[in-house]
Amino acid sequence: MIEIDKVSKAYGAGKSRFMALNDVSVTIRKNEFFTLLGPSGCGKTTLLRVIAGFVDPTEGSVTMDGQDLLVLPPHRRPVNTVFQSYALFPHLTVRQNIAFGLEMLGKPKAEIAQTVDEMMALVQMTAMADRQTGQISGGQQQRVALARALAPKPKVLLLDEPLSALDFKLRKDMQIELKRLQTETGITFVFVTHDQEEALTMSDRIAVMSAGSIRQIGSPHDIYEQPAERFVADFIGDTNFLPVQVGTVQGDMAEVTLSSGKTVAARAVLGGQGGGTTLAIRPEHTRLVPPDQGLLQGRLENVVYFGTDTHYHVAIGKDETIVTRAQNLPGSVAQFKTGDTVGVDFPAGVGQVLKD
Amino acid sequence: MSDLAQSREKQERRNRWLLLTPALVILLIAASGPLLITLTYSFLTPGDYGGVEWRFSTEAWFNVIFQRDIFDDTLGFADAHLSILWRSVKLSLMTTIGAVILGFPTAYFIATRPPHSRDIWMLLIMIPFWTNLLIRTFAVMELIRNEGTVNSLLIWSGVIDQPIQILFTETAIMIGMLYVYLPLMVLPLYASMERLDFNLVEAGYDLYATRFAVLRRIILPLVKPGLIAGSILVFVPSLGAYVTPRVMGGGKQLMLGNLIELQFGQGRNWPLGAALSITLLAIVMVALIFYVRSAGREEVGHG
Amino acid sequence: MANSAKGFDVRKQWGFTTIAAVCFVLLYLPVVLLVVYSFNAGTSVAIWEGFSLQWYRSAWDNQQVQEATVRSLVLAFWASLIATSAAVLAALATTRVRPFKGYSTVFAAINQPLMVPEIVTAVALLILFAGIKVQTGYTGLGYLVLAHSAFCIPFAYLPIRARLQGMDLTLEQAASDLYASPFQVFRRITLPQLWPGILAGAMLAFVISLDDVVITEFVKSAGQDTLPTYMLGQLRRVVTPEVNAISTVLLAISVTMVIAFFFLSRVKK
Repeated sequence: MIEIDKVSKAYGAGKSRFMALNDVSVTIRKNEFFTLLGPSGCGKTTLLRVIAGFVDPTEGSVTMDGQDLLVLPPHRRPVNTVFQSYALFPHLTVRQNIAFGLEMLGKPKAEIAQTVDEMMALVQMTAMADRQTGQISGGQQQRVALARALAPKPKVLLLDEPLSALDFKLRKDMQIELKRLQTETGITFVFVTHDQEEALTMSDRIAVMSAGSIRQIGSPHDIYEQPAERFVADFIGDTNFLPVQVGTVQGDMAEVTLSSGKTVAARAVLGGQGGGTTLAIRPEHTRLVPPDQGLLQGRLENVVYFGTDTHYHVAIGKDETIVTRAQNLPGSVAQFKTGDTVGVDFPAGVGQVLKD
Repeated sequence: MSDLAQSREKQERRNRWLLLTPALVILLIAASGPLLITLTYSFLTPGDYGGVEWRFSTEAWFNVIFQRDIFDDTLGFADAHLSILWRSVKLSLMTTIGAVILGFPTAYFIATRPPHSRDIWMLLIMIPFWTNLLIRTFAVMELIRNEGTVNSLLIWSGVIDQPIQILFTETAIMIGMLYVYLPLMVLPLYASMERLDFNLVEAGYDLYATRFAVLRRIILPLVKPGLIAGSILVFVPSLGAYVTPRVMGGGKQLMLGNLIELQFGQGRNWPLGAALSITLLAIVMVALIFYVRSAGREEVGHG
Repeated sequence: MANSAKGFDVRKQWGFTTIAAVCFVLLYLPVVLLVVYSFNAGTSVAIWEGFSLQWYRSAWDNQQVQEATVRSLVLAFWASLIATSAAVLAALATTRVRPFKGYSTVFAAINQPLMVPEIVTAVALLILFAGIKVQTGYTGLGYLVLAHSAFCIPFAYLPIRARLQGMDLTLEQAASDLYASPFQVFRRITLPQLWPGILAGAMLAFVISLDDVVITEFVKSAGQDTLPTYMLGQLRRVVTPEVNAISTVLLAISVTMVIAFFFLSRVKK
């Protein structure tokens, strides 16, 4: 278990002072696949490097199972990192790379050889054992970097955007592979990415970061279905933001009034109580209906075909737009065309009132 | 800042200076330190048999430019010194101009070769540079001496019947310096020409420029930083040259370097030698500062 | 590109190729002639009288040349060793680090020998060492080793620094992440990768020391001629092809080192 408590990191001083991390507190549990998700420059990599020991925080504490990590230099911390650039040692072979950490720990030769063989089998690199790292492909380098970091059996594995350099197909394969490795080894994974889809498919829990602080922590389902604030809703998936007035709140639910004057029930776990004014609703939760039906009426501005589905952009009033997504099922034909007046409808309880 | 970060930083600082110590100590003893001693010596009184007496005097600095007539004690310019100073500057400037005339087209030629062969051409330029300066000077000397290849060839072919005296003239010194310092002109010129975007040249032709106009209006302004760098790199060592004027000038045509040496040898006037040496250093530093300034401005301008 | 061969070549400038050709010929002609005449059977360095190795033999038998050769090599060895060691440490302290107070001063100090005219340094060292020689009575090779080490430092430093700058700092971080102590990181990761740069720097320093005339001429004690200063002395007399023979050998060493340096500095990072 890693406990990060009120960690801040400032660069520079005076006017040029920049807070890379601003009062970040988070607890990473044992054996979980924990993801730090956010746009570039949000501080996610800095936080990872604080755990690894390459960045000294300006304030705060980081402990692992009750032990203070910050007093330890990187080479004394029981964590290993998979670097974004892989950082494979170019003058060593695949086998020597994987053995490096074990050698540094002073393990007996026989044990090193055995563990290295296991690791190469685990990432399916046995055939490449004696290649130089420059002679293998990007995907293979990725596997070696992973095996090298796993070989010393760290308590925590830190992964810094390890898949970003791979092409789409390989990335999909490696996502599944990584998840499998995490389950098999039972090692805690702290994974940094800017790819929301990657985060959703792999993680047990996600921390969404922005501008040096954590905006929301939760399971992929929570983060996607119940974004706490506009940044999270906007960053994860596509979202429509509708101006609303919040009426009576009952438990988790609130009655909200749309711009059309119609009312609908929406979730208000995190936002409603404070009297939020924005309703977030996913495009796939809405559908187009004939003009006289539905909660909102507007003019169909644009129809964008995406293969698996089609997006309909509907202008509601002057400066309100809502996007509706419909799956392209076999035999389905477009009911509406650009310029038509249409209605937009969504069921009660799927919208989310955001914190302001 | 946390105590931890502070103590790490402190240790980092200590390690850094520890690593720098050997280099800095050697340089202090055998490079920077002696310069300060030279400066001190320039304010002392010459000893009778070389060396100095530890008496403060500005005589040496005075003698750099002026001299007292030994008969009537009147003040006049030290013609010998001034003419040597003038020769040094003149020959250095001429060497620089010669290096531009030869070096610019050569650098351009190399920069317009296919990328993979450019390195080899540059190696061909750099090999002579990294070989012994004395040997190269000697090689030129053998070429132009009275019994040398050039004169022998000219006499044999009947163009002349008496060898032309080139060696031990100012021309010989200039030829020698041009020969040994030419690579220093090509190197920075090539560096800036290699980055030249030939789309700009194409745009120039597209806008009706002639070849000469393209060269003068587009290429030249763009490679100006390289041209300045090359000129400084040739001018500075030429000004302080010692070996080449000694060999090619044969002790008759002195340059500043030889004049300085003279004070420590036959002249037995160490303070004057020290003062001349500091003068040379000052001129070189002015040239270097001029270079750094103009290089800095170019960078800002293009940035 | 295919078009420009036949059509209008935007890169062409009248006469430039000719001047470049002249330039290359001029650069190499004197040196080539010098080498050719070192094999001359006669005593002239201008009239060819047939092939002979006699001047190499006479140089080889010349005791002064022998001593000067050994002295030059010993001097270059120690100077390049000391300069390279100091340069490696200095490069580690000044490369891939956050800018620190005094950085530009340190950088200027290291490169000072490149900026100050050699004659100025030479007389400065003459003044300093003359004093020490009188005080201590020591007139050994130490002065030359020290002087050579100093002016070799920037030549060793620059290629090492260039190599180090191109090296990925995350490799070192990866090693320390894998439990390597700072010393292990240096020995197992930094040094193996830095090696071509170190070798290049050392060779450059060796060549620079081997070729030095001016500073050596002023610092050396009596009877401490190196090959270049011996040659400088010989040039005052009637020159025989023996000087050419010595020059050719020195040239061969330098050219070999420079070409090796060229290929070393192109070793992939």
